[in-house]
Amino acid sequence: MNEAPESEPSKLANIRYLYSRAGFGATPVELTDAGRKPLRSVIKQLLTNGKQPFAELYVVDAETNVTKRNLKGMMRDGKLDRDMLKERIRQNVENVRDLNLQWLDRMASGENALLEKMALFWHGHFACRTMGQNPLLMQQYANTLRQNALGNFGELLMAVSKEPAMLQFLNNQQNRKNAPNENFAREVMELFTLGRASNGAPNYSEHDVKEAARAFTGWQFTPTGQFIFRPAVHDDGEKTIFGKTGPFRGEDVMGMLLEKPQTARFITSKIYRFFVNDTEDPKRVDDLARHFQKNYDIASLMERIFTADWFYDAKNVGAHIKSPVELLAGMRHTLGIQFDTPQPQIFVQRTLGQLLFYPPNVAGWPGGKNWIDSSSLLFRMQLPSYVLKAADVAVQPKEDGDVNTVSLARKGGQNFKTTVNWSVFETAFAKTPDADLPDALAAVLLPFPLRPDQRTLIDTQIKSGQTQSERIRLLTAALMSLPEYQLT
Amino acid sequence: MNRRDFLLQSALTTSGTLLIPHFLKAYESRAMGQPMAPSGKILVVVQLSGGNDGLNTVVPYRNDIYYRERPGIAIKPDDVLKLNDEIGLHPAMTPLKALYDDGLLTVINNVGYPNPDRSHFRSMDIWQTATDSDKYSQTGWLGRYLDKSNSPEPYRTLEIDDTLSLALKGEQLNGLALLDPKKLYGQTRSGMVKKLSQEHDHEHETASYLYKTLAETVSSAEYVFGKANVKSTGTTYPASELGNRLKTVSQLIQSGVATSVYYVSISGFDTHINQPGQQERLLRQYAESVGAFMADLKTAGRQNDVMLMTFSEFGRRVKQNASNGTDHGTASNVFLIGGGMPSQRVMNEAPNLSDLTEGDLKYTVDFRQVYATLLRNYLGADDAAILGRKFDALKFV
Repeated sequence: MNEAPESEPSKLANIRYLYSRAGFGATPVELTDAGRKPLRSVIKQLLTNGKQPFAELYVVDAETNVTKRNLKGMMRDGKLDRDMLKERIRQNVENVRDLNLQWLDRMASGENALLEKMALFWHGHFACRTMGQNPLLMQQYANTLRQNALGNFGELLMAVSKEPAMLQFLNNQQNRKNAPNENFAREVMELFTLGRASNGAPNYSEHDVKEAARAFTGWQFTPTGQFIFRPAVHDDGEKTIFGKTGPFRGEDVMGMLLEKPQTARFITSKIYRFFVNDTEDPKRVDDLARHFQKNYDIASLMERIFTADWFYDAKNVGAHIKSPVELLAGMRHTLGIQFDTPQPQIFVQRTLGQLLFYPPNVAGWPGGKNWIDSSSLLFRMQLPSYVLKAADVAVQPKEDGDVNTVSLARKGGQNFKTTVNWSVFETAFAKTPDADLPDALAAVLLPFPLRPDQRTLIDTQIKSGQTQSERIRLLTAALMSLPEYQLT
Repeated sequence: MNRRDFLLQSALTTSGTLLIPHFLKAYESRAMGQPMAPSGKILVVVQLSGGNDGLNTVVPYRNDIYYRERPGIAIKPDDVLKLNDEIGLHPAMTPLKALYDDGLLTVINNVGYPNPDRSHFRSMDIWQTATDSDKYSQTGWLGRYLDKSNSPEPYRTLEIDDTLSLALKGEQLNGLALLDPKKLYGQTRSGMVKKLSQEHDHEHETASYLYKTLAETVSSAEYVFGKANVKSTGTTYPASELGNRLKTVSQLIQSGVATSVYYVSISGFDTHINQPGQQERLLRQYAESVGAFMADLKTAGRQNDVMLMTFSEFGRRVKQNASNGTDHGTASNVFLIGGGMPSQRVMNEAPNLSDLTEGDLKYTVDFRQVYATLLRNYLGADDAAILGRKFDALKFV
């Protein structure tokens, strides 16, 4: 990568862009600090931070967690009455909500930013939806994603596939010798590794799916949320998968999948579209995939991307539409925002269509332009007013029809209560002359410099007699309401 | 400055100062006002979210298996509003029975799809995208209808809600969601929205997409608000959420808004526990709202131009559970009301309760046959292009 001396504004722009892609944006202080170092060492730091031991998400103990099914059993045995049952199920749903908010807090904190960003990517890739209101399984699943987010893809694939939450979501508990259920095997191939087809040619046959499903029989989990291989329900006969024959088990299938270059290509393409540009550059992806397949080291792949000159090309900057979680975490991080009550953050996720631990289906969130329609765009542009000015919230998300998640669906219409750490944010602009404030703030908040017409529009926010602090706050809210703020 | 002052200050500075009064006439002057469907017909989709129990909506009141499997929740034969000597409507649906007697209601039994999914979210996805149950799509069937129409504008397909359903998301264009034309118009006039919407050209492709969406939103909101000036005929609607939304639909239709498809949902049908009271309340709300809507259109002389279709993402299991409720099932019934079609009344056979798959009804009509028929024969659209393949038409249009 080019380390020729860059002009200060373009270096600042590159660092801003890097933090917005490899994390959830940067504070002005982070930008200033990083600006003093070579870009390459900033990247190194992001990767190293991501490999440090990290604090697990924690909302519930394995010992005290009781599944809905067991709660119902307790009611049948007379240990719970109906009201207590309802209350316990409600608590389970709230625990999943708290897990969501705890993870969002980590994303917004800026610590291990790349790791959390990568884990969010994997959450969409290894999409798994909360089933049976069991917070323990989602907690384990989330921590497995985070633990392996920048590690080895093969290990991540194996670990997340063996997560009880995933085995449950993909019906592998029902995949038994003599009564195979193909759901798990099919999604492992179609969505986790190979993809359906490459250049029009199918990557696997229906026969491969059927046989692989037999190999995955016996992959089960215990009531306390532990993976267990149950030989009694495993089909130990010979299977023929991808032309090879043997008494394969699930682990063998995973090995075969990793050997296929299509897997490296499929994963690399998805990472490229998430971290670089929704429109794939086939040659670049081919090249990255070739390296990735050698050892499936995720951190090396990310380093190769972030240090490439083309990553900083004008056509990539501002080409990514923030997902709702990226938008929320990013806004919180940049301004040091705390929500005084939990519900608004769930409300925003629901309204904009990305609720953590509730992806729409096994294919994850489609992303890109799919985030945007008339309603979601207007809501996104209003969000700074809701968060920073406690403006009236006049929108209500749909209920998803599931009676068990109504406590996540509580109505909108209430003003957000937030605490914004303005003093830290403002300090960074203490020496900026008033006339330069709009452009200086835009350089921190937006992927592009302000155009003259926008500058004129933004300038109308400034009135004589305002203190600098007032100006910064008004300009920040206005800049965050521009469509460009939705982009990184 | 403390927080309170800041809020006050912000409120003062954002109100109205950034607006400019003139609308871009060039953008507005396109083919607004022409109906999209060549026939001029209008479709109103009412989605019952949560999985409405079809067997207690259209009750097989002569069937012993029905009464045997549902000792706590079955509707008594005497209470059923009889449609023929096999099936009848839930007693809370008197207004729907009246529509049936007027020849305006068609009931299609056993509507579903192969390899049914019992997850609310997934099954609703399947109904909204109209894909096979093992495929995933990012566009909805009505969004694709909009894509392929000859004058695509977001307001051609309109959802009466704050957020837009997948059903109305297309490849090129999305439908428009609004709960109230005035409210959306207000949103597009506030802050910098209107002014920003006039900045079309942007050198960055993704940014232009956002600006294009914004311009379409502002223009559509202005069109619908400007057009929606007709008060209702004076028909009284129930003061329920669905009643209010259908009233809005009726006003927009009577105002001559050039919208071909309206989409409305009502939620709460996930009746695992104590089903009877809850379902009765919801079905009454549904039937009263639809009754008022059809009466309103009749008074306005529009009942033959408007067809209302009602579906739910799945029905429920034949056997009730231990909590006087029902769990997620498969096939269920679809209602078609109005539209000037020759009524088929009850179009096909009642569910066969002695031939089940693991306790669930077998579907005999693919829901995409219903869509295909509506698209081709009612709206005059290319059903195969929109649904990805040809489905056999049904004989209700």
